[in-house]
Amino acid sequence: MSVRIFVPADSAALALGADDVATAIVREAAQRGVAIELVRNGTRGLLYLEPLVEVETPAGRIGFGSVDEADVAALFASGFHNGASTHPLALGLVEQIPYLARQTRLTFARCGITDPRSLGDYEAHGGYRGLRRATRMAGADIVAAVTASGLRGRGGAAFPTGIKWNTVLRAPGTQKYIVCNADEGDSGTFADRIVMESDPFVLIEGMTIAGLAVGATRGFIYVRSEYPHAIAALNDAIQTATRAGLLGPDVAGSGRAFALEVRKGAGAYICGEETALLESIEGKRGVVRAKPPLPALAGLFGQPTVINNVLSLASVPIILDQGAEYYQNFGMGRSRGTLPVQLAGNIKHGGLIELAFGATLREILIDYGGGSASGRPIKAVQVGGPLGAYLPESQWDTPLDYEAFAGLWAVLGHGGIVVHDDRADMAGLARYAMAFCAVESCGKCTPCRIGSTRGVEVIDKIRAGTERAQQVILLRSLCDTMLNGSLCAMGGMTPYPVLSALNHFPQDFGQVAGDTLAA
Amino acid sequence: MNPADTTAAKRAIGEILDLHAQHDRLSQDLLLPVLHAIQDRLGFIPPDAVEGLAQSFNLSRAEVHGVITFYHYFKTTPPARCRVEICRAEACQSMGGDALLAHVSQALGCELHAHTPDGGFALEPVYCLGQCATAPAIMINDAVHARVTPGRFDRLIARATRVEEAV
Repeated sequence: MSVRIFVPADSAALALGADDVATAIVREAAQRGVAIELVRNGTRGLLYLEPLVEVETPAGRIGFGSVDEADVAALFASGFHNGASTHPLALGLVEQIPYLARQTRLTFARCGITDPRSLGDYEAHGGYRGLRRATRMAGADIVAAVTASGLRGRGGAAFPTGIKWNTVLRAPGTQKYIVCNADEGDSGTFADRIVMESDPFVLIEGMTIAGLAVGATRGFIYVRSEYPHAIAALNDAIQTATRAGLLGPDVAGSGRAFALEVRKGAGAYICGEETALLESIEGKRGVVRAKPPLPALAGLFGQPTVINNVLSLASVPIILDQGAEYYQNFGMGRSRGTLPVQLAGNIKHGGLIELAFGATLREILIDYGGGSASGRPIKAVQVGGPLGAYLPESQWDTPLDYEAFAGLWAVLGHGGIVVHDDRADMAGLARYAMAFCAVESCGKCTPCRIGSTRGVEVIDKIRAGTERAQQVILLRSLCDTMLNGSLCAMGGMTPYPVLSALNHFPQDFGQVAGDTLAA
Repeated sequence: MNPADTTAAKRAIGEILDLHAQHDRLSQDLLLPVLHAIQDRLGFIPPDAVEGLAQSFNLSRAEVHGVITFYHYFKTTPPARCRVEICRAEACQSMGGDALLAHVSQALGCELHAHTPDGGFALEPVYCLGQCATAPAIMINDAVHARVTPGRFDRLIARATRVEEAV
């Protein structure tokens, strides 16, 4: 009987040489006359251990971490294919690795376990149970379940998903659309990418349920061009689902239609803003629209449109399968369910950590992350992407909860956490935030288009010590204009990293601590 | 481009438009897919293709030009033989991205946003390749690499160049 060996084909593993490892395993097995079945699974999210090779044994799957192709011969020599875990890279049973065992995997329940291309694997692990239940429900009842689950938009704005769906359900329109925002451009985030590459059917199922709920028959997934593997995985899964009758004119025998197609972005960060994304799908420049009208009433091609992030839509199948109450029981306050935290940057154990809302930043950074990768003290963490605030150590006991972060003048956003050690120059990072805004601004509104360029200049003067006190006043005034005068979050939130850096790390701007409050 | 190239490019673009024209007129939402297909085939979008695209989509040349130039991904000049894209976002900065950029720039003999005079290498910034937990990341000719040190970069670029020469 052949032994099953798993080598992830997720792009995080590929970027660390997983294809070379897979090739070496096949070659070595052939030379030794060992019968193996190679499975290209998704990632478990333990990215610090990639490529994470697993061997199936009667006791469970045994892991070998950070495998290089040069290790493969020694792995076979140690008998890893027979279940031996004597090789130095052996990690024991993967399910028992504390980093994974302590998580609450709801949205990411199957990631790394299954072959992402296999519909059979997906269904064997609970897939499409939510959709089958939804086909027996009225649209309004599906919407009611999503509302009762407490699910809020995971893209960053945290708007209640069920309320958005209800608006679309009630909106008059001949053709409604479901649009998935998979333009995951925030540095420090990769959870959308992992869903699409490692469990694409869960996103397709979630979008199909959304279609049944609001009466939409067409859906688009807008994926950034930097994610070619995700695009390929989705296209493949859409074909498979269509052949199986789970997409198309008669979804799972319900008599209702839903068709899905992938649209590729073209390297514009602003297209992660929902109205710019809609413009881009329509074939235009990704320029932000003024709201109202809400996309729920006049969205894609002017029709009622549900537009949700990947993680919001991928959380829907388990809500329909296990019930709203099951999902709602996780979390704290008004943040219900789980948050897939993405731990990145200068951190020893970076990866995906799905937890119920309420864990503290310190638990994430120390208990999961194991401290900085460099071994130096952590100076600041940026939560929520390039438009999120920098948090100093005094704020790390804050629970991961939308309202708790808002209370600190910070955001949870999409759950990305980027760690910087004590060598970080916070004035340099503030300048970067303004420069990034200048590069990526769509140009429609003046505070963002001009303000970001002026922001770079003002920070340059502060760093050079030119009329520093006046320039700090000017920077604060400029940030006020951008915050209150911008059309969308691009210009409106760039002040978060800038001002949090200035307020918490005044010494990096050549200021003594007392100065900032006066300014 | 020499005239023979231009003819081949025109033919390729014609084929792509035919493929995407499901009805007698192309709807504007297919403009990005068509531009992607052209760039996939030719490596860039020739500026003299704008007029034909505008006619096919019933748009003004300004509208087509506006779309092409809005998106960083679309290129209007022929690509270098070896394209190196280096992530400049925060997570990669936190893991020595600046030092890596300095090394890459020196190793290739090429500044950011530029290409070598012989067209061999181009160096471009990119903002996030989704490898933030295993930073810093670069992309060489569409293949992503993570945890890139100067030494690993030298090995990767040598390998990419060998593949290029073998083709």
